[in-house]
Amino acid sequence: MRALVVDDSRTMRRIVGSTLQDLGFETEEAENGAAALALLEDGLQVDLACIDWNMPVMDGLELVTRVRATKEWRAITLMMVTTESEQEKIVRALAAGAHEYLLKPFAPDALRDKLDLLGMLPAQGGAA
Amino acid sequence: MSIAPETFAFVADLVGRRSAIRLEPGKEYLVESRLGPIARERQLGLDEYVRRLRAGAPEDELAVVVEAMTTNETSWFRDVAPFAALSSHILPLLRAAGATDRVRVWSAACSTGQEPYSILMALADAPLPVEVVATDLNEQVLARAREGQYSQLEVNRGLPAAVLVRHFERVGAHWRVRADLRNRVQFRRHNLMDAPPPGPFDLVFLRNVLIYFDLPTKRAVLDRVARALRPGGFVVLGAAETTLGVHDGFERVEAGGAVLHRPLREPRVAAAAPTAVPVPAGGVPAPRGLPPAWPPPTSTRPFAAPTRPVPVQTQPRGVS
Repeated sequence: MRALVVDDSRTMRRIVGSTLQDLGFETEEAENGAAALALLEDGLQVDLACIDWNMPVMDGLELVTRVRATKEWRAITLMMVTTESEQEKIVRALAAGAHEYLLKPFAPDALRDKLDLLGMLPAQGGAA
Repeated sequence: MSIAPETFAFVADLVGRRSAIRLEPGKEYLVESRLGPIARERQLGLDEYVRRLRAGAPEDELAVVVEAMTTNETSWFRDVAPFAALSSHILPLLRAAGATDRVRVWSAACSTGQEPYSILMALADAPLPVEVVATDLNEQVLARAREGQYSQLEVNRGLPAAVLVRHFERVGAHWRVRADLRNRVQFRRHNLMDAPPPGPFDLVFLRNVLIYFDLPTKRAVLDRVARALRPGGFVVLGAAETTLGVHDGFERVEAGGAVLHRPLREPRVAAAAPTAVPVPAGGVPAPRGLPPAWPPPTSTRPFAAPTRPVPVQTQPRGVS
């Protein structure tokens, strides 16, 4: 399974990426929504995208909306990973097409729990 | 890090005397993980902290230790499978076995409430009333459970976002279970050594608690739980737990990816025979009295990634 980590913070990309790698994912990174779209348009195949909300150039909600609007990318599971914790924001993200929503800060187990809910834990993943 | 044998022996004895929870050799990791942070708060190593306890400690401090050792880590929809199967598979079995007017669930050792609330959330659209009695030994965790308020870190643990926005409301930096759900759980203090709360129950969640007991106590607890069940009812154990080698009075039944345990005894009160069959290779047959075709188990996940976005009422209004 391959995951795309979209976040403008290099530190956060590293944290999310290494947690996913521990669970058995291959990971790719993008620093904003536009960069992520460019990778997908170039043919990058991913099963999961973990997406921050607030990013320059193109934010996470816009990215979710664009991905959901594109037929070829319908199979990608989209999870917002963000500090935006207002109920209304979560509802907006789900309405736009995000499958899950993880609030920052989070423990590695919380990311694992979300992937478990989505049925996305690779069989050989290093389960905690 | 490993702990000194006398550290473990002291904690095991203390906890055993005060809670009937038996910490057998091999559970040293549990002592480290639960008491390590407390010792660090007091700027001591774990062995040194326990050495001071042994030399004489105030009652409050011993209570802190027992509390830390008996409070279960808990997350929403823990183990996933029993909750995924609740509405689609387990509920039809219970209805076929006679639970036609309501379903009564006992969440035993409910800790801070995630389990009873998860049960109600999973059955939020059930076609009949669901009553949950939730018990724990520990008054402090029960108080938290009743309050139903959780930190952001806690709601991150296994709670689907769509469920969060449906069943919780923001209270400052926390999230609180909505009152309609909170009011449907009856919380009460209970020791698993004592007679069960007034039943009967259709379903008993007894997860990840037997591991703390020695074998005779495990048997005694399972005996009591079996007597609290309505004929045709089930016990749900933790994902890694089994009655095999512990109690031969149960049979294993699979339903929608969840493993259930049903008492073998004949019902004392005449009632329709349970219709589920013991384990099976290939899934669970339709029970009598229900339409033969339920949705087949396409997934063991309750909230597997949908092919379409999760429907919610608010429309997106552009970006922030």
